[in-house]
Amino acid sequence: MSEQSQLVEYALRLGDDALVLAQRLGEWVARAPELEEDVAMANVALDLLGQARALLTYAGEVEGAGRDEDALAYWRDDRDFRNALLVEAPGGDFAVTTARQLVFAAYQYELYERLRSSADQTLAAIAGKAVKEVHYHRDHATQWVLRLGDGTEESHRRMRAGLDTVWPYVDELFDADDLTAALSAGTAPIAVDPAELRDPWQAYVGAVLAEAGLEPPDDVPARRGGRQGLHTEHLGHLLAELQHLHRSHPGATW
Amino acid sequence: MSAEWPLWEVFVRARRGLSHVHVGSLHAPDAEMALRNARDVYTRRNEGVSIWVVPSERITASSPEEKDAFFDPAADKVYRHPTFYEVPAEVKHL
Amino acid sequence: MAGTDEQEAAFYAIVDSDGRIEPRDAMPEAYRKTLIRQMAQHAHSEIIGMQPEGNWISRAPSLRRKAILLAKVQDEAGHGLYLYAAAETLGVSRDHLLELLHTHQQKYSSIFNYPTLTWADVGAIGWLVDGAAITNQVPLTRCSYGPYARAMVRICKEESFHQRQGFEALLTLTRGSARQKAMAQDALDRWWYPSLAMFGPPDRESTHSDQSMRWGIKRFGNDELRQRFVDMTAPQADVLGLTIPDPDLRWNDERGHYDFTQPDFDELFRVISGDGPCNRQRMEHRVAAHTEGAWVREAAAAYAAKRAKRAEAAA
Repeated sequence: MSEQSQLVEYALRLGDDALVLAQRLGEWVARAPELEEDVAMANVALDLLGQARALLTYAGEVEGAGRDEDALAYWRDDRDFRNALLVEAPGGDFAVTTARQLVFAAYQYELYERLRSSADQTLAAIAGKAVKEVHYHRDHATQWVLRLGDGTEESHRRMRAGLDTVWPYVDELFDADDLTAALSAGTAPIAVDPAELRDPWQAYVGAVLAEAGLEPPDDVPARRGGRQGLHTEHLGHLLAELQHLHRSHPGATW
Repeated sequence: MSAEWPLWEVFVRARRGLSHVHVGSLHAPDAEMALRNARDVYTRRNEGVSIWVVPSERITASSPEEKDAFFDPAADKVYRHPTFYEVPAEVKHL
Repeated sequence: MAGTDEQEAAFYAIVDSDGRIEPRDAMPEAYRKTLIRQMAQHAHSEIIGMQPEGNWISRAPSLRRKAILLAKVQDEAGHGLYLYAAAETLGVSRDHLLELLHTHQQKYSSIFNYPTLTWADVGAIGWLVDGAAITNQVPLTRCSYGPYARAMVRICKEESFHQRQGFEALLTLTRGSARQKAMAQDALDRWWYPSLAMFGPPDRESTHSDQSMRWGIKRFGNDELRQRFVDMTAPQADVLGLTIPDPDLRWNDERGHYDFTQPDFDELFRVISGDGPCNRQRMEHRVAAHTEGAWVREAAAAYAAKRAKRAEAAA
């Protein structure tokens, strides 16, 4: 794989993560537990959508085949999506969503924090802006994990179940492979080695869970495959909904 | 159990040099959430550089070191501003 | 007013001089009740109104449109919130008002009981429904009740993006393929009369109008605002290249206004009283969201109580 296609692939991984999670969070609009939370969740979704657009646009530019953000979002099939499985799982109840938000925002925070010094200036600029957004997402999720974990018996039980639901998808976030090895090698790396994020992520999430009176589930068999386009059945349905109108009118402008 | 969250009054400093001005209110279970909700609800369009939330008698203000993460992300949401939309010159009253 | 003649005179002195009544001022009980009902109904409309547009967030045809729509629906949550807060200054709780909505004791705008069947409906809602709402709401920025007027100032400022994005979305469709243009025309055909009905019944049949005018809650009659909306919208339809579904719509030089066909007010009353295409669906969705969120709200309240107790014990 040329360095150019490696860069495209890397940008797609990051962009697809953000796009698919934005789509999932959009499902909460007009369904949140309180009006204030409707506004907050929409803000997180909007930030992620903005990140996705910047990253997909950049992937298209580097690829140089004339694909823009919409061509990449609407005309790829699920086998071509590169997001981690974590973000495509159905939203579940508010506890499942909160658990995923904590896991993912804490991961994204460590990632973007380091990607700010990428040798690739565009990625560095995207990361520089995104890290502030993600800092807020992580904080928002943290506040809710504390409240649900240390709230009522019911919320504690649901929060534990939420962690159980998302935990099989945690390991995949930190998987290194040939692509990340190639892009994160040398003195001026383009990418961040995902494995390097595990410890700081663990420290943050572990502390939040401990304060909330929760424990990370242990001995959970990990699920992976998203980075290679081997997804769960859920992604196909998510994309069917996302893409249907756009594909019904090939070539149209919206 | 009825769990209506208490009401908080929100004060926003629109920019440096101005005092905090009351902008409205919201519901939140506690001060931390009130501050975060106020950021989401009342500064979606970059309307502020500092927020106070006030329950019945206490005042809580956002701390200066959180400023970047609190206020920058709204800066790029240009589609929230009406001038973002191209409308032919002959269209009136939009 | 449970007060004195002196208080009543003070109240009317403020209203008559175009001043603002503030929450702790003495006010007639009927004024207070009317305001609570109107602000609550307005707030309910904002949050129920999130549903028909929210219906298209997952399917928006470009990422740019998705972001715009998400931001718009988010604004509506914010607007509902401002309005509930304004109503709360008169001593009712949001929980109570939601209870009244959920048990059909308070209404919301009839327009949100119509379905959004195609993407063009999102554009039509922005252009027509938000356009009608703005026509109604701009005078409310000068409403005699301070908190309501201030909430409306904020809302109107934000709504202007809503209307423009709707117009732009439709304009893109009418400049697009034949299928896109047909989609836009179909949306206009379905949303035109329900939008006209948003201004309420004709003044001669309107029950609350006179009193609300006297109190400075309402500044213009329903018919006048409806006319204003038609006058503003008809030329915009020409720019879009769309045909308003009214064969009798034409400029009347003598009146200096467009002549137009009135909406079907029997339909308006049917839809308001529960017999619209989506009344049941909208309420079920709303009640389900509230019910399913109860454990979350309780958890946050319990956490706050626990923390307060711990802080007290540590002090």
